[in-house]
Amino acid sequence: MAIGGLAPLAVVVWAVTAAPGILDGTPVTSSHEWVPGLGLGVDLRADAFSLLMIVLVSGIGALVFAYGRRYFSHSDKGGRVAGLLTLFAGAMLGVVLADNLLMLYVCWELTSVTSYLLIGIDDAEAEARSAALHALVVTASGGLAMLGGFVLLGQAAGTYQISAILADPPSGTTVSVAVVLVLLGAFTKSAQYPFHGWLPGAMVAPTPISAYLHSAAMVKAGVYLVARFAPAFAAVGIWRPLVITVGLVTMIVGGLRALRPWDLKQLLAFGTISQLGFLMVLFGIGQPEATAAGAALILTHGLFKAALFMVVGIVDHEAHTRDLRVIPALGRGWGPTKAVAVVSAASMAAVAPLAGFIAKEKAYEALLHGTAADRLVLAGIVAGSILTVAYSLRIVVGLLRPDLVAEALEPRGASPHAPAIGFVLPGLVLAAASVLLGLLPALWSDLVDEASRALDAAAYAELKLWHGVNTALVLSLGTLAAGATVFALRRAIATFQARTAPDWSAAGAFDAVIGGLLRTARLVTGVVQSGSLPIYAAVILTTAAVAPATALLLGDWWSGWPDHLGPAVHLPIAGVIVGGALAAALAKRRFVAALLLGVAGYGMALLFVAHGAPDLALTQFAVETLSVVIFLLVLRRLPDRFERRPPALRPPVRLAVSVVVGAFVVVMALAANGARTEAPISTEMSERALPDGDGKNVVNVILVDIRGLDTLGEVTVLAVAGIGIVALARAGSRPRPQPVRRRRTWSARAGGGR
Amino acid sequence: MKLRSLILDTTVRLIFDAVLVFSIYLLFAGHNQPGGGFVGGLVAAAAVALRYLAGGLEEVRSIFRIRPWSFLSLGLLLVLGTALLPLFGGGPPLDQWAWEAEVALLGKVKATSATVFDSGVYLIVVGLVLMAFEGLGESQVTEPRDLGEDPR
Repeated sequence: MAIGGLAPLAVVVWAVTAAPGILDGTPVTSSHEWVPGLGLGVDLRADAFSLLMIVLVSGIGALVFAYGRRYFSHSDKGGRVAGLLTLFAGAMLGVVLADNLLMLYVCWELTSVTSYLLIGIDDAEAEARSAALHALVVTASGGLAMLGGFVLLGQAAGTYQISAILADPPSGTTVSVAVVLVLLGAFTKSAQYPFHGWLPGAMVAPTPISAYLHSAAMVKAGVYLVARFAPAFAAVGIWRPLVITVGLVTMIVGGLRALRPWDLKQLLAFGTISQLGFLMVLFGIGQPEATAAGAALILTHGLFKAALFMVVGIVDHEAHTRDLRVIPALGRGWGPTKAVAVVSAASMAAVAPLAGFIAKEKAYEALLHGTAADRLVLAGIVAGSILTVAYSLRIVVGLLRPDLVAEALEPRGASPHAPAIGFVLPGLVLAAASVLLGLLPALWSDLVDEASRALDAAAYAELKLWHGVNTALVLSLGTLAAGATVFALRRAIATFQARTAPDWSAAGAFDAVIGGLLRTARLVTGVVQSGSLPIYAAVILTTAAVAPATALLLGDWWSGWPDHLGPAVHLPIAGVIVGGALAAALAKRRFVAALLLGVAGYGMALLFVAHGAPDLALTQFAVETLSVVIFLLVLRRLPDRFERRPPALRPPVRLAVSVVVGAFVVVMALAANGARTEAPISTEMSERALPDGDGKNVVNVILVDIRGLDTLGEVTVLAVAGIGIVALARAGSRPRPQPVRRRRTWSARAGGGR
Repeated sequence: MKLRSLILDTTVRLIFDAVLVFSIYLLFAGHNQPGGGFVGGLVAAAAVALRYLAGGLEEVRSIFRIRPWSFLSLGLLLVLGTALLPLFGGGPPLDQWAWEAEVALLGKVKATSATVFDSGVYLIVVGLVLMAFEGLGESQVTEPRDLGEDPR
């Protein structure tokens, strides 16, 4: 875990050294070819906004690693988590650095996959597996929509280079459709309503993972995308109304939901959803000043939310609960932890003089300067911020005086053992950053200014703690007061919410959709897959015969009878084959039928001999011999005679199928005889076998050289078949798995019990 | 213990090694004369089948020290190895190389990477058939009519 932290730390060091140049307005770029034919390249471009994201992703990443070292000290999962987190951090950096749409998509999906693996890290828990799948299905579906949007966008612009597209945005209906698809990807990734359901579920993951992926880094990917595209595309199609509506709804509903859960982590999850909605709105408007406010908020949100998650993780780790109704009062030695919680929650609630205050003040100001529509948005944001204040208070009071927030289910226990200072330190660093950035806005004013200018040349930001008494300040104070009132009225609101809460949830809706899908699949499978071998064979053979035969007979296929029938020795051999096949079809006993099939096969081998193909003949002989032996192995398990009960296909039907297939093969052979128009490729194969393949046996050179890739694939199939035989044969003798007694979720059923 | 036929037992033991040697001959001769890894593997597998007929699964298991799946993995390793090795030399995958040398007594000896590739094919074919015996060849077979009733 500690070693894993070196990677993000190294990135932070790089970012600090590269910062002066990037902040002067010269992005660092690097480009490597990948699949040039598809316009796919590893194009990296670090401008000031990317730099801000790098600092956020890697800085918090390094702290999360330090935190995780303590968190996983008694667990054997630390190594796996560290590896996956490092992979995730790399993918996330790829997302914020990519200057190619397709490259961005690849990294985007990589973060989805690592998120899936990290949420499901407790793979023995049905709930964890189910939550992981939920997150993956939602984010990956959104990602696919986004890929569609990217392709449309790339085709319309004639390039997949992001900076080029943004510099000269294409327009038209295609682009309007494309941006909606891209937004779908952003909404699912950033847990916007109505796709938010996976984020609260993802809280089953260990807290370091939640603190990193599901508050500070991965969920910001959607916001990042919107931030990048908004200045160029905010005016296209329904972008602005869509993003603003979705963002505001998310912000307010998320805030309302955050007032309900007793589980501190769930509370934080809904708080995160709400804040992501806020960010969506700020960036989505595409107004320069709001963009600058968004850049400030995205950084401060990472600081305070990661710190709050860390606090909850510490409490969970030491007190073994994060339920507000059970949490014991925290006593001696908990001072630093409490301080982190108070400072971070205050920053979230935008209390002066913390970093969160500066960011929110900036947002208020930006919207006040805007149009009438912007003021309407402002009203929504103020409402959401009031809720933010209320649930921030809920966290702080819940940690300091839990009895004030929730009635104890049972008498609260004694204060748990205080955490080691090393466990609290990463949170302290984050909280200190919140204070420092609040007191000294000049520290990050430049970064935010350049970052927002990288997005929108018209943007500017001068961060200040004190702007004098103005409307924004009044709004801020009003928000705090109203939030405190909402918190004071919490009992009344809780009663009201309990009465009006809908009895469905996003997670439930998701389960219903997947359940319906599985039921439909079962229905279709039941119809299509009858389980009868004769029916499968009949369907496959008839299709194979009828479809090409129709095409063949419609054309001019007759080229006359072949001019010779071959040497006389073919006749008795043909007799053997036909006799063997007929006898096999008429045999009453399975064993006899298998042997007679072998006779037909040996006849084929004789035919090869007669044609001077010793390789083929040898192979055919060996294959036939082994087939008969393996047939016998299987037949020992089946009744000796064929079954008497009426077969799935009546004999006349079988006869008809056989005749059709047979007739087709004859027609095919006759047609092929006269259909050659080009020189056969085998001539060249024979010519090049010795000089190129170093072999005189053409058949072998074809197998190992000319068609070497085919052989590679075939032997792999053979190996898989071998494993399959043993696995299938032993499947019946294994003890039946015990039924899973946990919550019956679809993934638990699909994944099988352990 | 199953009743074994002494005559069959002895005959099979006598010809088994000969057939195995023949299969290896086919493998190495394959590049210039009839034969090859696939045929060689099948012939070796036929030899194994003879041993099975003589002594059942236990007899087959006693032939080789390594398990059937090791044949498969070793074969895949050889095939993939020869397929990917040229990449390190800057060539396309599956590229062939040949190497000739004068060896005392034997005269000119030629080695090609195709032979290594073919050996992988040989091992996989043998492994597949061994797997089939492993999976389906137990001497104790449940009578078909018992299958219908599930004691659980």
